Amino acid sequence: MQTKNILLTGVGGQGTILASKLLTEGLMQEGYDVKMSEVHGMSQREGPVLTHVRYGSKVYSPVVEKGRADIIIGFEELEALRNLDYLRGDGQGIVVLNRARVNPIGVQNGSDFYPDKIEALIQARAGKLLALDASELARHLGNVRVMNIILLGALVRQMGLEAIDWPAIIAANVKERFIEVNQKALALGMALEAPVQA
Amino acid sequence: MKQLLTGDEAIARGAYEVGVRFASAYPGTPSTEILETIAEEYSGDIHAEWAPNEKVALEAVIGAGMAGARSLAAMKHVGLNVAADPFFSLAYVGVNAGVVIVTADEPGQFSSQNEQDNRNYARASMVPMFEPADSQESKDMLADAFRISEDYDVPVLYRMTTRVCHSKGLVEFAERQNLALRPYTRQIKKYVATPANTRPAKVKLQANYARLKEYSNTCQWNRIEMGSPAIGIITSGDCYLYAREVFGEDASYLKLGFTNPLPDDLIRQFAGQVQKIYIIEENDPWLELYIKAMGIPCTGKELFPRNGEMIPEVLRQAIYGTPIPQDPELAEALINRPPTLCAGCPHRGFFYELGRRKNIMISGDIGCYTLASGAPYNAMESTLCMGASVSIGHGAQQVFDSDPDNKMRVVSVLGDSTFFHTGINSLIGVAYNRSKPITVVLDNRITGMTGQQENPGSGLTATGDVTQAISIPDLVKALGFEHVRVIDPNNLKQVKETLDWAIALDEASVIITRWPCALKKRNAFDEAEFAGAFTQRYTVNQEVCIGCKKCTKTGCPAIVFQTAIKKSSIDPEKCVGCSVCAQVCPVQAIVLEA
Repeated sequence: MQTKNILLTGVGGQGTILASKLLTEGLMQEGYDVKMSEVHGMSQREGPVLTHVRYGSKVYSPVVEKGRADIIIGFEELEALRNLDYLRGDGQGIVVLNRARVNPIGVQNGSDFYPDKIEALIQARAGKLLALDASELARHLGNVRVMNIILLGALVRQMGLEAIDWPAIIAANVKERFIEVNQKALALGMALEAPVQA
Repeated sequence: MKQLLTGDEAIARGAYEVGVRFASAYPGTPSTEILETIAEEYSGDIHAEWAPNEKVALEAVIGAGMAGARSLAAMKHVGLNVAADPFFSLAYVGVNAGVVIVTADEPGQFSSQNEQDNRNYARASMVPMFEPADSQESKDMLADAFRISEDYDVPVLYRMTTRVCHSKGLVEFAERQNLALRPYTRQIKKYVATPANTRPAKVKLQANYARLKEYSNTCQWNRIEMGSPAIGIITSGDCYLYAREVFGEDASYLKLGFTNPLPDDLIRQFAGQVQKIYIIEENDPWLELYIKAMGIPCTGKELFPRNGEMIPEVLRQAIYGTPIPQDPELAEALINRPPTLCAGCPHRGFFYELGRRKNIMISGDIGCYTLASGAPYNAMESTLCMGASVSIGHGAQQVFDSDPDNKMRVVSVLGDSTFFHTGINSLIGVAYNRSKPITVVLDNRITGMTGQQENPGSGLTATGDVTQAISIPDLVKALGFEHVRVIDPNNLKQVKETLDWAIALDEASVIITRWPCALKKRNAFDEAEFAGAFTQRYTVNQEVCIGCKKCTKTGCPAIVFQTAIKKSSIDPEKCVGCSVCAQVCPVQAIVLEA
């Protein structure tokens, strides 16, 4: 099978690390060869985080090439935009976008403007855009932090990975008292289809 | 059992499996997680410790090896510069139980001050070297590394790169070999590095190096993988993975995992089987120059970039002319996300005040506080390497003072861990040579930038055990400094008065700021000393705020200036109550939340 390329992008503290851990565990259990590479800045709060995940029958490079990502999960809008040039250049790429903004310092202090039209820029380049407010959905589930698992659920659906026993993987990797809410979050994410709305 | 591990975690696992009993390191990206993982997962079998610097780490490992335990030192690439002194002579002296030194290079310079290629150390020292390409190899090669170290009586260099350290791959586990300690015997001629002993030791080293050619030509880590003979690629480390990704079966590969000494016979054999040879390697033309010197025509750095990573898109561009995707419309729309000092960072208040001073030179160092060199502080004008702030400051102050009309004062600034690393040596130079710079130790009770490691001042060991917390003020006073003050960096009035005091003195002084890193998981000592820290929040009374933006000059990411209404506000999710902005506000619009 041809190697699949996934990119998760956001800022520190958004839970990309747990999401990518669960994802790679699931892919491994399914028997795929898996490689993952994580790039983050220094250890300050809210630095950009970019996680590459590749899976298939035999994977060599741990990094996704620019122009070849099958799917990008944008945990934060600006970071999704920053890494959009990783998306497949043939117009077939999928973007799952969390409608969340974490302002860089320049926006905070009024010297910069947070880019608008991010969704339009993505739409013009992606075959499919699934934009959602994962934090709001997570809040409805009773724990705003599980927004990462909602996004993981959306990824699972878009990549056709539903057959993997995700509830068991969640159960094996998160604290007892958070298992149920994470499982619900995953199911919620998997139930989302792409009502593309810019 | 298979698990997904990073290269760093795989080395820790490998150390466990091959019977390592002693490991020491100084934190440095991308190597930090090696010792962290050993301390967290394997400290029952491996003694794991943070050393104050890489030289100390390596020397402790040398001693542990002499005493009969397989031992491992880990450091980032520039760390080996610090440890280079023991490293080179150890090659002559040799080992008892095996000694392996992990060096983690940084092609692409994600978080380092340079992009040096530490393969040069191997050739310069005649130390054998392994270059794993992925996590499985990061674990597996360690068994051979220790065996080679013991069989050939030599330390072994284990060269990682950021991508190998921080990428995850599947790793098959094995059981731990329980090795007995090798007996220590007094061997004065072996272990005492005097000319009389090391002249013959060098000959022994050279002979063993020559013998290692046989291993290099035949070991499993150096192998030919034939695809199309039209292109032959000679490569090592993670570059093999990138090359394989791009060329697949359209090329043949000589994959090198043991690279010092290089396998001449295998290289010649491969050259005879392929038509055109490319050398794919990161940083220096290290393989290339060697292979060219063998008289084998090949293409390397005239085609491939000398800087940065040789990731697939870079190779495609170099060989096939495929442009790396660039989208001008996206570039136009993007804004930067520069790193900032965190909300509540204890460095903020200090640099806010320091940046306002005139007629000073601010000599800086390596840590989160290097961010003070940027806006809005602009309060650091040199950083070079660990500990250099104090000694560079000392040299500069001596020259400024040689001119009676020059009133420049030097303020040397470094963190607590950097102070213990090599800053202390530099400060001894200040004391001994009687210069008068102002030295500031920003003690945030932890090693911050590499992600919260304990250090000699923090009171806990690498494995979390309580130990003596070395007092920086006591240490400094013991050197003979009379003017020493410990201050709260969040108290701007105190910072200002202390800087006034230090600048007015015509003698050296040492200022220690003491407040924990905002990200530190505070221990019982911290809770006792800093009771109530990080429990309050500030808010802006917008009826009082005059929109002067002074609070934004603190560079705090919790402060939001609302351009539309020209008022500041504070993000309650981020504020941890350091109060620096409230002290800066000229109209007292920033107040404690009720």
